[in-house]
Order: sequence, then C-alpha cells, then structure tokens
Amino acid sequence: MTATTIYRARRVLTMNPSRPEATHVAVQGDRILGVGDLDELAGWGEYTLDERFAGHVLMPGLVEGHSHTMEGTFWRYVYCGYFDRTDPDGTTWPGLASIDAIVARLREAGERLGDGPIAGWSLDPIYYGERRVSRHDLDAASTERPIGVLHASGHIMNVNSKALELAGLLRSGINHEGVPLGDDGLPTGELKGPDAMMPVGAHVGFDRDVLACDELGLRQFARLCVRQGVTTATDLASLLPDDGVDMMLRVTGEESFPARIVPLRRFQGLTPEAYIERALELRVRSTDRLRLGRVKIVADGSIQGFSARLRWPGYYNGKPNGLWYVAPEHLREIYARALERGVQVHTHTNGDEATELVLDCVAGALVQHPRPDHRFTLQHCQLASAAQFRRIKALGMCVNLFPNHHFFWGEQHYATTVGPERATRMNACATALANGVPMAIHSDAPVTPLGPLFTAWCAVNRRTATGRVLGADERISVDTALRTITLGAAYTLHMDHEIGSIEVGKKADFAVLEADPTTVAPEELKDIPVWGTVHGGRVFEAAGI
Amino acid sequence: MGHRARRACVRSGRNLNDVSTPAGYPVTVIGGYLGAGKTTLVNHLLRAANGRRLAVLVNEFGDLAIDASLIEADDGDMISIAGGCICCSYGSDLMAALMELPQRLPDMDAVIVEASGVALPGGIVSALTLLPEYVLDAVVVLADAETIRTRASDRYLADTIRRQLTDADLILLNKMDLVGSAALQELRDWLGAEVPHARVVAASHANVPPQTLLGIGASSRVQAGDGTHFEADGFMTLSFNPDARFDLDALGEALAAPDSGVIRAKGFLLNVAGELCTLHVVGSRFAVSSAPNGAAPAFVCIGMSGVLEVEHVNELLAGPGAA
Repeated sequence: MTATTIYRARRVLTMNPSRPEATHVAVQGDRILGVGDLDELAGWGEYTLDERFAGHVLMPGLVEGHSHTMEGTFWRYVYCGYFDRTDPDGTTWPGLASIDAIVARLREAGERLGDGPIAGWSLDPIYYGERRVSRHDLDAASTERPIGVLHASGHIMNVNSKALELAGLLRSGINHEGVPLGDDGLPTGELKGPDAMMPVGAHVGFDRDVLACDELGLRQFARLCVRQGVTTATDLASLLPDDGVDMMLRVTGEESFPARIVPLRRFQGLTPEAYIERALELRVRSTDRLRLGRVKIVADGSIQGFSARLRWPGYYNGKPNGLWYVAPEHLREIYARALERGVQVHTHTNGDEATELVLDCVAGALVQHPRPDHRFTLQHCQLASAAQFRRIKALGMCVNLFPNHHFFWGEQHYATTVGPERATRMNACATALANGVPMAIHSDAPVTPLGPLFTAWCAVNRRTATGRVLGADERISVDTALRTITLGAAYTLHMDHEIGSIEVGKKADFAVLEADPTTVAPEELKDIPVWGTVHGGRVFEAAGI
Repeated sequence: MGHRARRACVRSGRNLNDVSTPAGYPVTVIGGYLGAGKTTLVNHLLRAANGRRLAVLVNEFGDLAIDASLIEADDGDMISIAGGCICCSYGSDLMAALMELPQRLPDMDAVIVEASGVALPGGIVSALTLLPEYVLDAVVVLADAETIRTRASDRYLADTIRRQLTDADLILLNKMDLVGSAALQELRDWLGAEVPHARVVAASHANVPPQTLLGIGASSRVQAGDGTHFEADGFMTLSFNPDARFDLDALGEALAAPDSGVIRAKGFLLNVAGELCTLHVVGSRFAVSSAPNGAAPAFVCIGMSGVLEVEHVNELLAGPGAA
C-alpha cells in the first residue's frame, strides 16, 4: 500500500463549500486522501505526520488559465519594466523609473554579457511622460552593438541606430504607419507591429525561433510557477509541431518537473477540418503533466493597439475599427466541427464586436451540433457588456477576464482607447458572476507578470497604476477572487473534477502561502509571500527551485 | 546574372506613387474575401507563367488547393512547381517569408502575395516599403460578383470588405458567369461609386490575361513591350513607338485618370529633356524612372474592350504636338 502523509497546516483553505477549511490534509501518492482534522484522517490507517507547513496556509494549487510559457524564455533578456519583477531564480529586478535608468541597465547588461546584440523586454513608455523613447536614447547604451527592447504589450519594439542600420532601415523614404520618422526623416527607432519589428528582430537577438518556447524556457517557466503558487498553467497558444510536443512530453515527464502545462493549438496553417483532427490527435498524447487537445483561435487584435474589433461607437479617439484575424466562415466551421467531435475551443476576443461575432457563431454551431457542457471559453473578452454576459451564460460558455490589464493600462483605456464609461466597466468580473457566467482571471504572462494572487488583487481592488479605483462596482470579494484563481480557472479547462479545490480524490496540488489571504487586508493580497507548491504530492520549495 | 546585376545597371529615378520601378522584385498583392476566387487566380497565373519564374506566397496551404498537375516537389512549407515557380505558405509571418524568399528563388521574375481573406492589402503594401528588395507592382482585389454587395453591407464584414476594395489598384470582378452580363454595368456603377480610383476587370473563373495582373518590369528575360501583346476575349492592347518628347508626369496622370480606361500601361518614352524614361501605370497610380540601358521608345496600354478609350489614349500618345 502507498504511504500516506498527513500535512498539518496553520489553515487549509479548500475551496470546497461543504468543508471550506481544515487543519490537515492527507496525501497518498499524487492524490488527496482526505481533508479534515487529524482524528478524522487518522482513520485511513498508517500515516506519517509532516509538520513542515504547520505555520503555513494551504490553498489549492493556483491555476493560470491564460499564460504563455514564453515568459520563461524572456528572462534570458534584460528586464526593462517599470515595476519590480521576480525572475525564475528568485531575483527581484527593481522597476526602472526613468529612461536613463533603462539605458544604464542595458549598458551594464551589455558589459556583463560580452559581445553581440543586447535584447531587452517589458518596456512601457507610458510611465515616462509624453516623450517617446528614441534610438538616440538607446544609442547612449551602445552605438556599436544592436539593441532592441520589446514593449510590455509585445506589439512594439524600440531599437538603437545600429539595429536600424543592420536591418537597412536607417534611411529616408520609409512610409509605414508602424515606423514613425523623426525631424531628420529617419526612423525614430520605435517599431510598431510585427511587420515593422520583423526585419530588425534577428539583428537584436529576438529571433522567431527564440520567441517560441524552447526547453530552457519551459523549465524556467515552471520555476516561476513554483514561486507564484501555480501548479497548472496554460500555454495559450502555439503551433504544437510534433518535435515541440516530444520535447514538452520529455521535459514535463521528468520526476522533478513541478507544474502541469496545458498547451493549446493555435489556428494557423490548417483547414478547420484538419485543425480539429489535429487536436484529437494531440489529445491522445496527453499525460498527467501535459494536457493536450484543446485549441485557441484569435478573433481580433488588441485594444491598446487599436486592432480590436469594437462595436459602435468605436474608439474614443476616433481611430478606425480594428482587424479581424479570422474569417467568420472559419469560426463557424471550427465551432461546428469542434462541437461535433468534442474538442474544446478557446477564442481570443478583446473588442465587444469580436465577442458578438463569436456568440453568433457559437449559437449557430450549437443548433447544428448540440453538445452539453462544451465550456467554450472567451479569452480576454475585456469589453463584454452585461447583455453579452447574459448571452454567454445562455450559450453555456465561460470567460477568462483580464484584470491585470486594468491595472497596467486602465488609465490609457480611460483617456484614449475606449473612454471613461467602457474603461470603467472593462473586465467586468462582478457583472459576469452576477449573471452566472463561469469565470477565470488571468495574467497573459509575459504581457503582465505570472502571479494569480496579483491577478486576484487586481480584480478585488480594481486600482490602476496611478492608484485610483476604476470601476468600483465591478470589484469582487477576496473569497470570490480566490475561488476564481483555483476552481474558476480549472472549470474553463474542464479540469475542475481533478484540480482547483482540496478535497478527497483530487490531485494533491497546493499553493503554500506564508499568510492567510482571507485575513490580510484586501490591498495586501498581492504581497503574500509564496513558500512554494505541492504538485501531485511532490513538495517544491521556491527557495530551492 | 541575378537580381543584383539588374539592380546595379538600372538606377531608380523619381518614384511618384510607389509604383514599381525596376529597382527590386515586383510584387503583386492579391486580396479579397473568402470565396472570391484567389486560389483559382493563383492556379491560373501559375499555369500561364510561360517561363516566368513566379514566387507565390500564400497565407495557408490549407486554403490553397494547387493543381496536382503543377506540383513537382512538396517540401513542407514550399512547393516547387513546373516551370521554375515556387509556392510558399507564410502563416502569420509574411515579413519572414519575404525576407527568406530571395535565397529560395534568387532569379524570380515576380512575386505574388495572396492575402488572407480578412487581411487589408494596404497593410501588406506598407510592409513592403520596409524591404528594399521589393517594389509594389499592383494590388489586385477579387470581388465575387454574386456576393460582393451583400458582403459589403454585412454586419461584421462591411468595413473590411470596403477597405479591401479601397486598397485595390485593380478590382477583379469575378464569377461573372454566375450573374450574367446584365449585372455587369450595375456592379461597375456600384464599384465606381464605392471605389472611384480603382479599375475594374470583369472575369469568370478568374480567367484574365496574366499581363493585366503581373508586373512586366524587372525581368532580364522579359522586356517591356515584349509579351504584352496578347489576344484575349474582352481585352485589347494599344502599342506605340513614339519618338516625340512628353511631359511624363502629365501623361502619367492622364493615363491614370478614370476616363482613360487604362488598366495598365508601361514602356519607354522620352521626357521633355530628351532622356529616355520608364513610365509605368497601374490603375490610378503611375511612376516615372530612368529607362534601362539599351531600351528604345516603345509603349503599351492594356484595357478592357469597350472600356479602354482608344481615341483618347491614341491622342495622348501622339505627343504634345498632335493634341
């Protein structure tokens, strides 16, 4: 018989409404044998009492429903963000308060790294006033070596003169919306959108192949998961070629790999029919720590990039409507085939018109191929109205909202993109829940940092980066937020029967916390230190990972 | 001799409206919504390549059923096609595909980019300006004669369809066999009101002479004037060998004006200073650049029969003295 370990904790927050809290949890193998007090659990027979969490609070392992394992890849570049951020080694990189500070860090990194290009990431110029970052700024870090710094959004890159020169772009006569020109008629060094970034990318070290998550990136990502109390995280999404899947199966299959990864297959390069067949092909290769078989479609662009599809009255600053990234016919066909074959579809929609199109298409496909409990999920779905949430509920769909976005870019949305009213109700968690919509919340790491407790803090407080509360009526309670980053996210992945709460029969996945999230002030939710995780009964301490 | 040699001997001159000069690989962008006939057109152009080496970039092979009879080798994301053409899929990364293309087919004569059904061709045009290896030849947008007006008022697609049409130099009004000739004028009028600057070419099964859609410039083997004479139902060409001097900007503007009925025009003419120049007209855009060494005055205009204003064009090409 497999040995039983009973962990004593300061408190066990189970997320199981019939037994919301306990003091002990018994683990046998990778599963939870029981939750209760020691007397209740002792009835299962011989056990070892493990006291190491006696001073800690156990929660179900946190579930990140929308991240990219690429966050693990990015840490090999120079962190240039405005906010403090912790890397996979546990080093916290201080946020950079000025452009000078960014230049200094790039210069220092250049000296440390030796020759070659200098690549940075997570720049967010909105925090440095009106002035745009230019190639001249970055030239102060080096004129000899190409430098490229990707913005936090991932849609823009700033480069120095050397990088422009190597890409053949340090010339006059360029006429491209994504390449602003200076008074001298030459590019300023700001490159907006993938087309503008592409010619420079390889010269500054952002190769296409590097941006796809590689083995090292996947390992680093898993270490970040431990530091943030995450035991299950999605990779949303990639092309999942066979060799990539082989690598992920090998790495996640190692006994020491500390997370469960759920990679979704992006819609690209295949007909809708072949796409769904591919998902089914992948599904049978699933293991406990690599869950394959789900797919993700991108319907529109981003709100801050003005490429999201908005309903009337459109963008607050009058920009034309955004772009469709998929044809409605393809959406309809994919939904119909997926419902017929039982493949779960996640769809990225940022604008409310994109959400509306998806709802229309799903409604039509459900008439063709009714399937109970399909849980098709809208990812981001940032601008959904109350009526749309009611329809989402009626269609049996889920949402995964993006409160982190509200913190980082809420003020921009208020002033520029969608205006005060819609910025105030963006990522309307309270409305979604009031209408009974199954809901998750996410980080979209590396766009914003992986860290469900921070995401929960964003949803609970709805503060923007300037500190003001934007949309007080859409705030949710701490208890609700904690449920959302565990069971809520698990539900959107059809995994709530095995993860997301601490109860008998489920995976022994715990987030081990240094403080009790239900008793700290809601403003301090994000500051709760994470000791580490238990994943399938295996203990991972952040300090030793 | 490859591409570099051609660039070296052909110095680019004034480039008024970013129409193709012989300074790079000419690119034809093919846009239009799903079902408008882009795949049919690509197959047609490949079949009629006639010795020209075309590089075709498609969004997805998934959407492109290349005639099996054309395929010589299939190499994952690149298909080799009889006659020296290739077809590559670019997925979400057109820029990378364009950057790799010159290594894959260094002596290509023309590039065809098939946009996805929801893409705006204008976005591809501006992306091309970042790659000095390429010059835009034309944006051809297909419109399904049967459905275009419904689509153009669709709740979700209206603005996308209209922006696609607006980006076009040439609108290929396809599937005319499904609507009959009575509808042609009605559709022409509608398009004329929607997209006043675009030239409309009517067709069935995307069957139009390749000369109307592809650049005829930057090839070492195909000289201007050569290969532009063709016989095809519904089309006509006008050829000239004028030795007069022209105000080429004024001539370009006149040929690019809607009342000329010219779809394309290209050739070598003397400017007012007596220098031989290339004048290139695609739809409503034109460009003047210096002519290649060894060229002689010659000029060709292409239009649809009944639409091309023969007398007007003849007058324009007769030179200033004859007006």
